[in-house]
Amino acid sequence: MRVLAVLEQRDGALRKVSHEVLAASRQLADQSAGTVDAIVFGAGAVAGMDQLGGFGADRVLHGTHADFALYCPDGASTTIASIGSEYGAIILAATAMGRDLAPRVAARLGVACATDVTALGVEGGSVTVTRPIYAGRILQHGKLTGTTAVVSVRPNTFHPVESGKAGSIAALAVPSFTPRVASKGVKKPDAAMLDVTEASVVISGGRGLKEPANFKLLEDLAAAFGNAAVGASRAVVDAGWRDHGEQVGQTGKTVSPQLYIAVGISGAIQHLAGMRTARTIVAINRDKDAPIFKVADYGIVGDLFEILPRLTEEVRKIRSS
Amino acid sequence: MKIAVCLKRVPDTTAKIVIGATRTAIDETGVKFVPNPYDEFALEAAIALKEQAGAGETTVVAVGTDASQETLRTALAMGIDRAVLLQSAGSADGLVVARALAAELKAGAYDLILFGKLAVDDYNHQVGVMVAELLGLPCITAAAKLTVSGSAVEAEREIEGGVEMMACALPAVVTCDKGLNNPRLPSLKGIMAAKKKPLDVKPVTLDGASFEITSLELPAERQAGRIVGEGADAVPALLALLRNEAKVL
Repeated sequence: MRVLAVLEQRDGALRKVSHEVLAASRQLADQSAGTVDAIVFGAGAVAGMDQLGGFGADRVLHGTHADFALYCPDGASTTIASIGSEYGAIILAATAMGRDLAPRVAARLGVACATDVTALGVEGGSVTVTRPIYAGRILQHGKLTGTTAVVSVRPNTFHPVESGKAGSIAALAVPSFTPRVASKGVKKPDAAMLDVTEASVVISGGRGLKEPANFKLLEDLAAAFGNAAVGASRAVVDAGWRDHGEQVGQTGKTVSPQLYIAVGISGAIQHLAGMRTARTIVAINRDKDAPIFKVADYGIVGDLFEILPRLTEEVRKIRSS
Repeated sequence: MKIAVCLKRVPDTTAKIVIGATRTAIDETGVKFVPNPYDEFALEAAIALKEQAGAGETTVVAVGTDASQETLRTALAMGIDRAVLLQSAGSADGLVVARALAAELKAGAYDLILFGKLAVDDYNHQVGVMVAELLGLPCITAAAKLTVSGSAVEAEREIEGGVEMMACALPAVVTCDKGLNNPRLPSLKGIMAAKKKPLDVKPVTLDGASFEITSLELPAERQAGRIVGEGADAVPALLALLRNEAKVL
């Protein structure tokens, strides 16, 4: 099967999730004796494009246009749709961009789209998928029977594989398109924090933190880890303590980090749904009977205001050694 | 301004979800159903925009069985003017649902069509965008801030590590994220008024699906782990386990 991997760049450099999209695409191509083309959009050259062969791309298709410095929904979907039917599968990341773009491509090709996929396969020429639904409380197994399967894969699920192989880069003709919607730019927060869906370590806080200012303790711990993001329970988001973009759970985000640390979170069912696929879960809570301890691999019972500073200090020591 | 909101009836997020006998759908016995929480942001936005303009009409459209009538009445009780039920059992393929909605919405010539950014049951994240593509309209997804002035639409959406500012012109499709507004609760007066508002039921056929559910499965239960200790003195033991046993450090 010929597979098209749709990669993401920001500010002229490939995003980490692009290597995950390639890993998923390679896996699908290898199961069906196929090849992988990777499509990269940019206003010009994109940093990291020349190394994609080593991450599984047989060929890189480089689509350039002045509007491609930022995400351009109409330009990207028109370009992908112009070559999409040559492929058995088109793989994107289930990110803000991929969630916006995948259904556009599927609608233009007149085929179904499977989003937020965590496992992929090929069966009798059709692409099979596994997707967590109900925020991960149920796994849905399904089959895409159209001529092209459009799939977005969940970040942190497919791990980049480096092969050391070389790939080639070819210019891709960008067809003319009508820019019906335009990005006017990206506002970045003062402190660059990772997104909870993409970080290797997520440290979430709940009501147990007592007041918004105490989230500083979680931010300090996240800084000590270095590759971490701060998350929040629905209770504290609804109370206005934290931004909704940080909410983990059924009406927030579903996360799959290597390490999830729940601090002062009791563990409501809708929160557990959002973090149960984390590889390792740590809970810190003063109530030894809190439901969070039923899903945590490791727990510490006690006062988070004593435990967190100590934890931050010890993590700092490990990271600097 | 004519505004349409597309609404889905979904199980309450606190409901216990059990896989049904067919293994391809959930068992709905005893499950409480509610309007999809993200669609409530869309309903609120539609009602508020009409209130600001002081004129216009709001319509809510759902694809579903007769059970969705109750969900549509909730939207009418919030303040939406009229409802349309595209009567069908639904489809697992978002494009098939989008086609039915697009056919209905095209006839209505709406200025603005609002959706929730996703439905909390199937997590498909796609029907709103597909409807926009099928109708040839601009689409902004996951808007957490929305301004409509004249025919100009500006919205902000959260992306990884920032906020993306998007702009387009009406007519347009916008899908709504949490943070956009605080949906109002239906008032008693609204509930009474909703009973008299028009609710059209139109049977539709959903076919041509190219996605099928082969089975549903419960994810592996997480084993309860262990309490490493109490208080700050347990921290070194925890880190040793994370490093040597879990190997995540």
